[in-house]
Amino acid sequence: MDKPDKSLRFLGKLFWTTLSLSAFTFGGGFVIVSLMRKKMVEQYHWIDDEQMLDFVTIAQSCPGPIAVNGALIVGYHLAGFIGAMAALLGTILPPMIILSIVSLVYRMFQGNPWVAAAFYGMRPVVAAIVLQVVWSLLKPFVHDRKFIQILVCLGVFCLLFFLKINVVFIMLCSLVLSAAYALYQAREAKR
Amino acid sequence: MKLLLQLFLAFFQIGLFSIGGGYAAMPFILQQAVQKYGWLTLDEYADLVTIAEITPGPIALNSASFVGMRTAGIWGMVIATLGNILPSVLIVLLLARLYEKYGQQQFMKSMLENMRPVVIACILSAGIGLLSIACGAVLTTVSLRTLFPVVIFLLAFILLDNKHLQVNPILLLCCGSVVGILYKLVF
Repeated sequence: MDKPDKSLRFLGKLFWTTLSLSAFTFGGGFVIVSLMRKKMVEQYHWIDDEQMLDFVTIAQSCPGPIAVNGALIVGYHLAGFIGAMAALLGTILPPMIILSIVSLVYRMFQGNPWVAAAFYGMRPVVAAIVLQVVWSLLKPFVHDRKFIQILVCLGVFCLLFFLKINVVFIMLCSLVLSAAYALYQAREAKR
Repeated sequence: MKLLLQLFLAFFQIGLFSIGGGYAAMPFILQQAVQKYGWLTLDEYADLVTIAEITPGPIALNSASFVGMRTAGIWGMVIATLGNILPSVLIVLLLARLYEKYGQQQFMKSMLENMRPVVIACILSAGIGLLSIACGAVLTTVSLRTLFPVVIFLLAFILLDNKHLQVNPILLLCCGSVVGILYKLVF
């Protein structure tokens, strides 16, 4: 086991670990976080399972990309601020390099009818991917018969999609209401 | 210079309000990059989501790089990415400090649980938006060309929702592109 410290060698290893995770993992944050667990818990023994679970909870609950949050918090835990920066840099470099190439290529091929045909076939699949994610998130509510949550979800959807209410405004309102209700829950639990 | 500042602010907001990962960022990207600033058309937005999905790495960062690069080149890409991650850096580092000191917080947990239906609604709205871009034509005219994407959507959804199959979404996207090209070859 490599003892976590602030040596350049360790920071380099941290950087390469997050870089390879970001460069070769398809499918967004949750996949990257679970692979992060595989590397850092099972392979390197930098942290234990319980810590990782806490880190994922925090990463998920903070704003911003989950993979970025996960890298930051693990890096910070292992080697302080400089560790967080090393892990962060490793996570953001691959998308910058890959996407800048892709966006140039996209511009060249944008008008091409064959590329358009490929996108024509891919668009419904992307819609299916996103909506299936929604369905899998909603399923536990349906299963547990939490109708209030389902109603809130559908209500907010109508506000967003049909009435075109600003998303930022909705998130701010929900943040305030959720915090107030959580305070109420905490007080009830104390009784 | 003004464009770079706008990019930074737009992606700072996208980063700040997208709680729960890449999909949650999509309605904000739609609002900022398409509706507010017009950096992308609706079709380009749909393509962007496809591209972010088929390239490795976090979806939100992929989107930031793509939009930044297209609107203002290398610097645009760097600024958009930095704007996107800055809220994370500030908030996560603060929480990481608190975690090292106090451990987990019950209040935070229950607050997030309360917000969950709203976050799901945001993703749902983004998904329905993508669906209407892909298949919306069927609502005005029913023909082979407009029904075709609907069939692909339903097939993909059923395949993805089957737990035993464990379909890889990237592979499914590749199949989608092949089917799209075949369709053009045949009709």
